[in-house]
Amino acid sequence: MNQPLRISGSAAIDGVPIFSDLDLTLKPQSWTCLLGASGVGKSTVLRLFAGLAEGVRFDGDLSDPGRVAMMAQQDLLMPWLSVLDNVLLGARLRGARPDHDFARDRLAQVGLADHADKQPSALSGGQRQRVALARTLMEDCAVVLLDEPFSALDALTRAQMQELTAELLHLRTVLLVTHDHNEAARLGETILIMTPTGLVEIAAPTSPIPRDIHAADVLRAQANLFDRLRRPT
Amino acid sequence: MLVLWQTVIWTTGVARFILPPPALVAQTIWESRALLAEHAVITMAEVLIGLVLGAALGFVSAIGMVASPTARALVRPILVFSQSVPVFALAPILTLWLGFGLWSKITMALIIIYFPVTSSFFDALMRTNRDWIGLAKVMGASPARIMWHIRVPAALPGFASGLRLAAVYAPIGAIIGEWVGASKGLGYLMLLANGRAKTDLMFAALIVLAILTILLHATVNKLCEKTLDRPE
Ligand SMILES: Nc1ncnc2c1ncn2[C@@H]1O[C@H](COP(=O)(O)OP(=O)(O)OP(=O)(O)O)[C@@H](O)[C@H]1O
Ligand SMILES: [Mg+2]
Repeated sequence: MNQPLRISGSAAIDGVPIFSDLDLTLKPQSWTCLLGASGVGKSTVLRLFAGLAEGVRFDGDLSDPGRVAMMAQQDLLMPWLSVLDNVLLGARLRGARPDHDFARDRLAQVGLADHADKQPSALSGGQRQRVALARTLMEDCAVVLLDEPFSALDALTRAQMQELTAELLHLRTVLLVTHDHNEAARLGETILIMTPTGLVEIAAPTSPIPRDIHAADVLRAQANLFDRLRRPT
Repeated sequence: MLVLWQTVIWTTGVARFILPPPALVAQTIWESRALLAEHAVITMAEVLIGLVLGAALGFVSAIGMVASPTARALVRPILVFSQSVPVFALAPILTLWLGFGLWSKITMALIIIYFPVTSSFFDALMRTNRDWIGLAKVMGASPARIMWHIRVPAALPGFASGLRLAAVYAPIGAIIGEWVGASKGLGYLMLLANGRAKTDLMFAALIVLAILTILLHATVNKLCEKTLDRPE
């Protein structure tokens, strides 16, 4: 996927406008962070890219990203499947031969090699989200959509997950929806705030991601973001 | 229960052919054990076959109803009918059509459990977490694979609760079938004993039936816990 992904147009649900004249382009092989007030339509944009926007009326242009991988705030692990089988779910659902070795490698990458045969109910929230990450990696898609994937985690786990995810999804086209300024400043190569009147771009640090939590450019970008979100223009 | 039973007899002095004392019934169960066993086996065969067939039919119907609106429109009236028509009214017709043998009773049991199995499984299938289905779609799953890999496993606990109800209802169907026309089974034995004023034997058959129903329910319950339920 080396074409930029673009969505431009307006969306409404049941005749109620969600956003209008939005024009969002995702740079290929790069992380775009999308922030904005609750209800402004961030998840709707993500669902439109994922082809899940039933009930959403969209007028405009939307590039087809092909098959995408998605990860959300809820880990969405199937409680009746083992950790390994959860990672293999995509293959099963496509009727493809499940590649157990590849799946175990993904689990090892997220540090859960020893937990492959457990049930999800036996894992902590942070571990479950790592399984979700392994499942996302297993999909091996060029485009990855992340909807507040770390917001339910404690601060320490969240920081680890941010680093792990940024490393493992390096050079993918990633859209990360988040409410966390620090997260956006650490992971965004492009940082956008979605407002009812359109997108506002915030200068992102130029250093490679994942950036250090306390790096000067991260803190600056974070403060800048905070001010912009507080004073909507 | 036993105490209450015995107390009623002592306080009212009711005749033993109206209400036999527990000790007499226990004695009858022991003395007629071969006879009771012979008929119990028949009744349990009817119940178990009815249960398996009803569960299978309910399983398939519920999936069909979820998958296709046409099937839903077709099956719904059957489902409602199977629950609202008094089974007593159906029993003579089934006996007429299917004869005095096992099949009329199996069908009775099947009709009686079809509704609880189908509707609880159907409801569970309709309650599948939308986000799971969304995830599966994003992964490129066809509707059939979403059904088989997501919706059905997610709804198995609902199927299990239908089965638990069915385990209690199925014997009712079989017994009513036996009352209307049979030459074997605990229901038949109860009628026979009643006709010959052998109240103790009637009670013995009733108690054997109650114990078997409780055992059946316990077994189905255990099986469901082991295979279909999900700790969460
Ligand atoms: N199924 C629905 N029916 C009607 N309105 C909906 C539905 N789903 C979302 N909306 C509306 O669409 C708007 C955008 O929702 P969306 O979930 O995209 O917001 P968001 O920016 O992701 O918010 P948050 O930050 O809280 O996740 C909201 O105002 C919401 O009320
Ligand atoms: Mg959202």
